[in-house]
Amino acid sequence: MYSEEKLLEIHNLVKDYGNGPILKGVSLDIHKGEVLVVIGPSGCGKSTLLRCMNGLESIKSGEILLDGNVITGNKTKWSEVRQKIGMVFQSYDLFPHMSVIDNILLGPVKVQKRDKKDVEKEAEILLERVGLLEKKNVYPRQLSGGQKQRVAIVRALIMHPEIMLFDEVTAALDPEMVREVLDVMLELAKNGSTMVIVTHEMQFARAVADRVVFLDGGEIVETDTPENFFTAPKTERAQKFLNTFTFDVK
Amino acid sequence: MQDLGIKVLFMGNNFWRLLGGLGITIKISLIAVAISIVLGIFMGMIMTVKNPVTKAVTRIYLEFVRIMPQLVLLFIVYFGATKTFGINLSGQLSAVIVFAFWGTAEMGDLVRSALISIPKHQYESGEAIGLTRIQLYRYIIIPQTLRRLIPLSINLATRMIKTTSLIVLIGVVEVMKVGQQIIEANRYTVPNSALWIYGTIFFMYFFTCWPISLVSSWLEKKWAN
Amino acid sequence: MDIDFMAEYAPMYAEAAKLTIGIGIIGIILSIAVGLICTIILHYKVPVLRNIVAVYRELSRNTPLLVQLFFLYFGLPKLGIIISSEACAVIGLTFLGGSYMAEAFRSGLEAIDKSQIESGLSIGLTNMQLMRYIVFPQALSISVPAICANVIFLIKETSVFSAVALADLMYVAKDLIGLYYKTDEALLMLVIAYLILLLPISLFASWLERRLRYAGFGN
Repeated sequence: MYSEEKLLEIHNLVKDYGNGPILKGVSLDIHKGEVLVVIGPSGCGKSTLLRCMNGLESIKSGEILLDGNVITGNKTKWSEVRQKIGMVFQSYDLFPHMSVIDNILLGPVKVQKRDKKDVEKEAEILLERVGLLEKKNVYPRQLSGGQKQRVAIVRALIMHPEIMLFDEVTAALDPEMVREVLDVMLELAKNGSTMVIVTHEMQFARAVADRVVFLDGGEIVETDTPENFFTAPKTERAQKFLNTFTFDVK
Repeated sequence: MQDLGIKVLFMGNNFWRLLGGLGITIKISLIAVAISIVLGIFMGMIMTVKNPVTKAVTRIYLEFVRIMPQLVLLFIVYFGATKTFGINLSGQLSAVIVFAFWGTAEMGDLVRSALISIPKHQYESGEAIGLTRIQLYRYIIIPQTLRRLIPLSINLATRMIKTTSLIVLIGVVEVMKVGQQIIEANRYTVPNSALWIYGTIFFMYFFTCWPISLVSSWLEKKWAN
Repeated sequence: MDIDFMAEYAPMYAEAAKLTIGIGIIGIILSIAVGLICTIILHYKVPVLRNIVAVYRELSRNTPLLVQLFFLYFGLPKLGIIISSEACAVIGLTFLGGSYMAEAFRSGLEAIDKSQIESGLSIGLTNMQLMRYIVFPQALSISVPAICANVIFLIKETSVFSAVALADLMYVAKDLIGLYYKTDEALLMLVIAYLILLLPISLFASWLERRLRYAGFGN
């Protein structure tokens, strides 16, 4: 269970690419230790919401607070904020010209100026945990999709972020590799990490989430515990969405 | 006021003489381009043949042409052929031979890379819907190859036109030579004509090549996948 | 073939080759500098300067080096601007090469996925760090084959310098033909000289290209 302490607050967030708003005033609190899963149909704005949280997208109005400080102002030092907000992408995006270990060390050593030896030890422990210690010195091209994604998670974790964002991290994977990545995320959740997860894996969402947010048409339609949401969705839009995941052969 | 010599351009038919010289440059380039395209298509097909001997020979040919400055090739054909074989090639003919020799290699390489860039599954899906061999090439392979090839071969044409400026150095009377003649003829009456003549030639080349480059990059963008 | 003749005049070619290489190297270094500046201006969309770069690019790519040289060497003195043959050669080569180098860098930059940049940002890299550790190394290795091709192209182009009275390889060959009528020998040595200069670069370039392709950049 998560604490009452608010880690990230989103107030009335509006995002507009110029042809109509993609987020129409979203408000959301994420608590310390909470695992929040955002689901919704394609184009509902869930990835955009995530990208706004670490400044990859500029916003039109509203504000986002991290630890009670506004981070959406003009003076925000995103380089500092992003060290506290880790993000993992759908397309893994390891740096192809660096070995696995160099990918992982880049942030802590160059951005946080931590001691290289210490970080390397920590990197080895994390790699061990995701089962990839023997891949330490290989290049990304020699890894499978699932392995790359696990390295990407380690690369974000080693920054010691306060919160981790996962943007459809299994969507580009072959089916047999989805599990290995989800297992890593489940373990993180169990250990009390604060996480915001955008996903299409409904069973996983149900298993990992403390709270589920259903986003549709740029607004939050429903927020509930996974039990309630998946067994008895309150709104028609949520029911319809969940129905698309079941085959009723009559 | 100092006379900068612009008037030399408007004396007699000087400007038209320059344009006539440019015409010779363009004529030689176009003949060479035409030959290069025809021979280059064959060369490109030969280059895709997986035979070690043809591979080695075409590779050496391409490498030699890429390395040797075109001016060296011009000298070899114009002076060398005359001396060695006793044949007296005109400057223009030497130029066409050299540029076609060079262009065939470049065009061949373009054709080769366009051909191998068509993925195997394009052939397979064509066959899967029951196209005959000829239909396959007619509707699937050739249109895709051409889309890659045409912008690049237009580019080759501008390179050819620019390179043709070298033929003044083997004595062909083209735009630069005409320019020199005009400057010489007016040496005493218009001593500053060189600035205007060479400036004009500069922009004549520019306005010949630029539109062609624009067409090429427009096509490239339009057909980019 | 007159081997003795060739042996006797080989040192002249060596001397000329030094000049070709010297001017070539200076021109290439300046071209890379101009190319980088243009690329930065275009990349950051600097107002006014980007328009100047665009005009320069078109002028440079659509006119022959020989015509540029004639204008510099014979035309400009009429305005009172007198430039030595060597300076003309370097200016001409840089004017030509700068736009080709810029093109090579641009294609390298464009080949980098936007998501690479985002993922660099997401671990807190600053813009400078992003350039230094992520964008520049990748862009450079993608550009290398094109840069090599430009180097070969520019050294080849130096062959027209004889037209502005520089004693380069071409000039020596012409001289020997004119003085002794030893056409075959002079031309053969000319070909050999260019092969010695350019074949290693060309082989290195294709080796590098194969290696880069094997490296399979991109995830």
